[in-house]
This record gives sequence, structure tokens and C-alpha cells, in this order.
Amino acid sequence: MREELLSIIEKNSRIDLKELAILLGVEEIDVANEIQKLEEEGIICGYHTLINWDKTSIDKVSALIEVKVTPQRGQGFDKIAERIYNYPEVRAVYLISGGYDLLVTLEEKTLREIANFVSDKLSTLDSVLSTATHFVLKKYKDHGTVFDKKHRDEREIITP
Amino acid sequence: MTKPLSKAVLGLKPSGIRKFFDIVSEMKDAISLGVGEPDFDTPWHIRDEGIYALEKGKTFYTSNSGLKELREEICNYLKRKQNIAYDPMSEVVVTVGGSEAIDIGLRALINPGDEVIIPQPSYVSYEPCAILAGAKPVVINLKAENEFRLTAEELKSAITENTKVLILPFPNNPTGAIMERGDLEEIAKVVKENDIYVMSDEIYSELTYKGEHVSIASIDGMKERTILINGFSKAYAMTGWRLGYACAPKEIVKQMTKIHQFAIMCAPTTSQYAAVEALKNGDEDVKTMRDEYNRRRRFLMNAFKEMGLDCFEPYGAFYVFPCIKEFGMTSEEFATRFLEEERVAAIPGNAFGDSGEGYLRISYAYSLDNLKIAMERLKHFVEKLRN
Repeated sequence: MREELLSIIEKNSRIDLKELAILLGVEEIDVANEIQKLEEEGIICGYHTLINWDKTSIDKVSALIEVKVTPQRGQGFDKIAERIYNYPEVRAVYLISGGYDLLVTLEEKTLREIANFVSDKLSTLDSVLSTATHFVLKKYKDHGTVFDKKHRDEREIITP
Repeated sequence: MTKPLSKAVLGLKPSGIRKFFDIVSEMKDAISLGVGEPDFDTPWHIRDEGIYALEKGKTFYTSNSGLKELREEICNYLKRKQNIAYDPMSEVVVTVGGSEAIDIGLRALINPGDEVIIPQPSYVSYEPCAILAGAKPVVINLKAENEFRLTAEELKSAITENTKVLILPFPNNPTGAIMERGDLEEIAKVVKENDIYVMSDEIYSELTYKGEHVSIASIDGMKERTILINGFSKAYAMTGWRLGYACAPKEIVKQMTKIHQFAIMCAPTTSQYAAVEALKNGDEDVKTMRDEYNRRRRFLMNAFKEMGLDCFEPYGAFYVFPCIKEFGMTSEEFATRFLEEERVAAIPGNAFGDSGEGYLRISYAYSLDNLKIAMERLKHFVEKLRN
């Protein structure tokens, strides 16, 4: 049940226990217990809403920042990653293989906020060697959901 | 022209529910529960392979029996899924949908006067194809109390000295019924005793919700007398690509391929390339879709339970087949009023044979959101009729 439960609520975290129980063919209490366990084990980490900010009147941008750092003895990249992810404006931090080390994302900030973050906070950290900031021009798809997709049922209304 | 058209074709019964179909086609704003095809798009990697084949200019005929690579993948698939070993060079023919395989399979087997046993309710084309092939159709009316499975007793009582072929349509459209290994072993015994062929239409084989699908061809002594039909429409959401296949003993495939060669030449080339990709890398897609169908199936069964509507639990295809006998109407009256008063289209059960009278075929090839609205309307309708 676990895998299927996760795949359902990953797409729709607003679904209620009763419906989950019906869809999974189990009792409501079992679903409730399983969700509680998933939360306790840190597998379910939050219930977020996917928003297409471009459609709002709020004029903000997102950025992906490539960061090269010097790993620290005994702590590798974890310490510097923590320094970075503790900033509340940071949306995500990933350790990346390849040409740079950390990918830092900021979402829905003003240009000035992002500029300030990079120049005042990120670049001035001791272990940070260099940064490259990429601004997102348009989001086509996020969290598996295509923005602006209109789905029309083009099938015949009845077929045998 | 005054000369009469083909008597055989003129004699084919027009669909018994033509009137209902006409009303439906007028009603553009209705919610439909009436389709027999998946609501999913063909998975992108499969479509991409079709596009790639076009880009590379692979636009010629393939060999009559289909691309060798596709036939090999079909055989790998059947070995992997059903543990049946077919020879890709002589025991497979790739067809234009499962429907062509039904047609040419029957034509390859039938001599005038042979009888074809057709369990109903079932897909609408078995009977006309049997008639056009020159056979006499013999219908078995399946029963709700058996969950619309075919029993050995029912089969025995339909067999005569002229019986040539048994059509075995499971998982079933329209009932959603399946046949499990035990059921099939009973049927196989009778089939072998009476030395008849089986045409096993397994187009919904990937959509079962209670254990893995079992093919009758995998039962001892059955492969040599079975035409196994399957295809890509339901499992990979590829209805419009028109691609299916038949596997059978080489003597039968040879004759089927002859008809296919003269009538069709070969199945669409683009579709065949896409199908290779489907078989090689499509297992995950099938699972995702099956899981989604299963959730909808559970949702509908629960909705029927809550509104007190009698329905056996079907474990196959994407149909449920609730009983509407309590309302004292024919299926067609019920479906017509449901359509006119609640704007929901579902197919009257008798469209699939007389034994479907008193039932309604509801397809769950629709999003849950759609099904939720439809079930609210059905509940409203049912309550109105009961008061």
C-alpha cells in the first residue's frame, strides 16, 4: 500500500482519508496509521501546493545558481550546504556531480532580492569559490505538471 | 443499379441499440461513460519512436506478417508474461488491431456449416465475423451468478458435432469478467475432449486486478489448438495506431497471413516501430495505467455499494456491469432516460447480446473527477426512480 499511497498523495495531497481508503481498497484507519508512520519516518516531509506564479500579478523571478565550493576537511560538502540552506530565501540545495558542486535555487523573488543574496550572502562565504546565476525565463513544467495544458477529450462519445 | 448487394452483409443485424446511439450523438453536452478505449495518451517514448521512424523515412511496407523485430518482441513478451513459446518466424502475424485478427482467424478456420460458440455478453464483432466467414454462431448466455465466467457445463451443452471454434473473450468487454487458471483448465478439458479450436481474445490481458492474467494457450495441450489474439490498444493506450497480433500454430498462421496479405498487405509501418518500443520499454507505463484503473474500479464499486446498486465485482478490463433489473425497465429505456434526464451516456447491456439485458456497461476509462460527477448523477437518478 505504501508505494501506491505515496504516488497518490504526491499528486493530490488534499485527498481525504475516506477517499484514499476506497481507492486503495483498505480501511480508513490503516491509511491514517500509514500516513502517520510516513510522516514520522520523514518520508512525507510536507504538503505543498503547486502554483503557477506567472499567472498571478506578482512580478517575481526564479534563479538557479551554480556554486563551486571548497569542501571542508571531515565534513565534505555538508557544512557549506547547511550554511547555504539555512537562508530562508533558498528553495532547494542539491549536491551535483559534474562541473560545479552545489545547485541552489531561489524562487519567486525580486531581481534585487536575488542579486543581494548572491553578492552579499553567497559569494562572501569563505568556502565559496565562484557562482553562476541563471534566471528562469519561463516554466513549462514543474513537479510533473505541465503548466497551461488544456486537455480535451477527443474520443468518440461512445464506442463498443 | 438494380442488382442486389451481398446477402450475407445485408443479413447482418444492425446494432440493436441504433436508436440509443443516434440520441447520444445529438447530445454534445453529456458526460460519457461510454467509450471502449483508454483515456490516457500513448506514452511519450512510444509516440517518439513513431515520430523517429517517420523522420528516418521508414515509410515502406513491412513483410506481410509484420516487422521481424516486432514479431520477436511479441514472442519475448508472451514468453515473459504467459510462459508460452511461439516461433516469431512462423507462428505470429501482426494485424490491424485485434479486430482484424478476429476476422482473418475465423475465415482461416471456418467451412460452411461449422459452428462457432460465442459466449455473450461480449464484444460486438464476433458474431458478424463468424457469419461473414460462413459459420453458424451459437451463443452461450453467460450468467451473473457465475460472475459472467464461462463454465464447462455451459460449454458442453452448446457443443454439437458441427462445433468448430470456441471464442473465449476474457478479460471481458463489457462485463469486466475474468477467467482464472482453474476456470480455464475446466474449459480446456472440454475443448480437448471435443477436438475444437479456441480463439482467445486477450486484448485486455494487461488489465486484470486479481493476480496475473492466464492465457488458455499456456495450458497443456491447448497451444496447438488456440489462436491467441492480443494487441496494443488497451495495454499501451494505442487505439488509433491500429495494431494487434495473432499467435497460433504455423498451419493456421500461414492461412491467416494469406488473407492478411491479400486484404491488408501489412499493418501500418509507423505503428509497428512504435510497438517495438512499447514491448521493450513499456512495462512501467502499463503498471501506472493499471494502478489508476484499479483505483477507479474500486471507487465505482464503492459508489454502487453506497447507492445500493447490484453489481458483481469485475476484475478485468475497464468496465463495470451493474444490474438495473430492480427498476423494471429495459437497459435501453434506462440508458435513454439516464442520458436525457441526467446527461450521462452509458451503453445498454443488450448491445453486447441478449444476456446483457438488464445491465449497463459503465466504462472507467475516465478521470476520477469525471467519474465522481457521473456517480453523483447516477445516485440522483436511482433515488428518483426508487421514490
